[in-house]
Amino acid sequence: MSNAAITGERPRTLAEKVWDKHLVARGEDGTPDLIYIDLHLVHEVTSPQAFDGLRVAGRPLRRPDLTIATEDHNTPTLHIDRPISDVTSRTQIETLRRNCAEFGVRLHSLGDIEQGIVHVVGPQLGLTQPGITVVCGDSHTSTHGAFGAMAFGIGTSEVEHVMATQTLPLKPFKTMAITVDGALRPGVSAKDIILAVIAKIGTGGGQGYVLEFRGSAIRSLSMEGRMTICNMSIEAGARAGMIAPDATTYDYLEGRAHAPRGQDWVDAVAYWETLATDDGAVFDAEVVLDADALEPFVTWGTNPGQGVSLSDTVPDPSAISDANERAAAERALEYMDLAAGTPMKQIRVDTVFLGSCTNSRVEDLRAAAEIIKGHSVADGVRMLVVPGSARVRIEAEAEGLDKIFTDFGAEWRFAGCSMCLGMNPDQLAPGERCASTSNRNFEGRQGKGGRTHLVSPLVAAATAIRGTLSSPWDLAADLAAGATSNTTANGEK
Amino acid sequence: MQKFTTVTGIAVPLRRSNVDTDQIIPAVYLKRVTKTGFEDALFAAWRQDPDFVLNKPAYRGARVLVAGADFGTGSSREHAVWALRDYGFDVVLSPRFGDIFRGNSGKQGLLAGEISEADAETLWAVLESDPGLELTVDLVDRTVRVGDLTVSFEIDDYTRWRLLEGLDDIGLTLRDEARITEFESTREAWLPRTLPALSSPELSPQGR
Ligand code: SF4
Repeated sequence: MSNAAITGERPRTLAEKVWDKHLVARGEDGTPDLIYIDLHLVHEVTSPQAFDGLRVAGRPLRRPDLTIATEDHNTPTLHIDRPISDVTSRTQIETLRRNCAEFGVRLHSLGDIEQGIVHVVGPQLGLTQPGITVVCGDSHTSTHGAFGAMAFGIGTSEVEHVMATQTLPLKPFKTMAITVDGALRPGVSAKDIILAVIAKIGTGGGQGYVLEFRGSAIRSLSMEGRMTICNMSIEAGARAGMIAPDATTYDYLEGRAHAPRGQDWVDAVAYWETLATDDGAVFDAEVVLDADALEPFVTWGTNPGQGVSLSDTVPDPSAISDANERAAAERALEYMDLAAGTPMKQIRVDTVFLGSCTNSRVEDLRAAAEIIKGHSVADGVRMLVVPGSARVRIEAEAEGLDKIFTDFGAEWRFAGCSMCLGMNPDQLAPGERCASTSNRNFEGRQGKGGRTHLVSPLVAAATAIRGTLSSPWDLAADLAAGATSNTTANGEK
Repeated sequence: MQKFTTVTGIAVPLRRSNVDTDQIIPAVYLKRVTKTGFEDALFAAWRQDPDFVLNKPAYRGARVLVAGADFGTGSSREHAVWALRDYGFDVVLSPRFGDIFRGNSGKQGLLAGEISEADAETLWAVLESDPGLELTVDLVDRTVRVGDLTVSFEIDDYTRWRLLEGLDDIGLTLRDEARITEFESTREAWLPRTLPALSSPELSPQGR
């Protein structure tokens, strides 16, 4: 029975419970609430001015013990033992190191086992826990909502604010329930769910909302899958995405370095058990999606909402009634160099990127490795495999995944954001086309002039084998046709 | 942040509208890692032109900028405000501001006052007729005074109050510091802490 039913309180949603629990002061007359922040994640790009602001004002960093930093956006994924060659990148990293030393912040630098993408590091250390508030100067902080935390990205002023006060003045968010019931077919994964959700509600559909993902399909996902979904909530415009904690969450957390132990664990779980949305709680909006009907999903345009099922074709802008959307679609097709009506499966790629905070955990690597095992990469295709953290890399190597990737012909890299954004050496060349497991297909995001198709790790793997956008279903079909995958895809081999 | 009541200083007539944040500070300066030292970046492209108003010796040490409508539109970069502050401006007057810019200004102690188009014209004429003229911006009664001329400007009550009290967002929150400390004393012991730093052995539970 839900908590509300027992206590007779007004039924509340998960998001409302976490909000209420962190209320330092309720705002009056239109002023915002003051919310306590349990965990502040820091990286090199959005922190320097915040640290500088503290310095200028002569303020200390209030809670170094609730703050942790890592290097990720600017770091190279090759030759990590050498000095970073790009001057700006090197300066940002060196500045982070100096600031962390000065303000007493724990930092995981390049070469450290816990170094990696900030959103992979928090969960892997067991710091990300249900019911807490998490912020970071990075929009994909929504990832941590997979644990039932309220986690959202903030700007540099807010980073400074949290550093100085461990709080943020905030207006309450609206809540949206996204219910996904049913069972995913093999070959369909969490990434396809979230891409389909964004295509359905649009890149602005979640604006001002915290999304709560619920339903049997969400419940049956692993923590990694849930993180993929919450990670991309921001691409629907939402402030955060959340999933109520359950046994899957607890199993993932138990035994991790910073997870509670002994009696603390018992107390923590008792609290976590109270977090789920009460029966009868009211959401400001509701969306329903059927998992049974889902197919592997892929984007065709230059925002994450411009996606279709892989078996579909590039849409025809002239069929779009909304004038703005039509113009956006036309521009996107021009940038992507795609003609309306082209079957998605005929689109060839130059590059496959497996990585980013959306899909770079060991489960993602395992899923892709299982598909490519025994194959070799399609002619003319380069594949980059970038673990989300140094620890993920070591775990993967312990399982022999690195060998599977290198035997396949992929590059096995060190941890970081890598080709997710053009801020480090891993970039697309102008005009290059990439199937990417990352989260943004904006113009130039992966390098100036680069063209991005967002896909799941399973689709990335199948695409690397066939050279055209493909899913494991196509591999099965190839097999059934008695052809080797490479000859089918390339013809000339 | 310093309490803001009145400012008397040299005013610069910037006869341009739609001055977006890219003009205020070009993107190349965003690579810096400090929050100060942006004075050279302010209007960097325009300052290449020796005839640009800020390059005229009469306006050296200016503290008030009188600009055309839609000042500070475009990209949300907070650097635009930092650059104006670092250059020495305490006040920007314009018939209309970009929303985000106006919000950022209030946070950094830069007064963004809205004047009418007609008053902008009047002020420009006065300032141009006597380059280097000082004017007084009075936040208490929301007026700009120069000689016999007095024009009023608008600013929302909340931002005005914060400027008068010298409160940036952080200063404002720290007024509640006792409540923060009290809240902290009620936090459960098992909530995560990053320090002391713990790390699992080589492989985490999932990897075994
Ligand atoms: S992997 Fe990409 S989305 Fe994630 S934190 Fe890094 S740059 Fe941002």
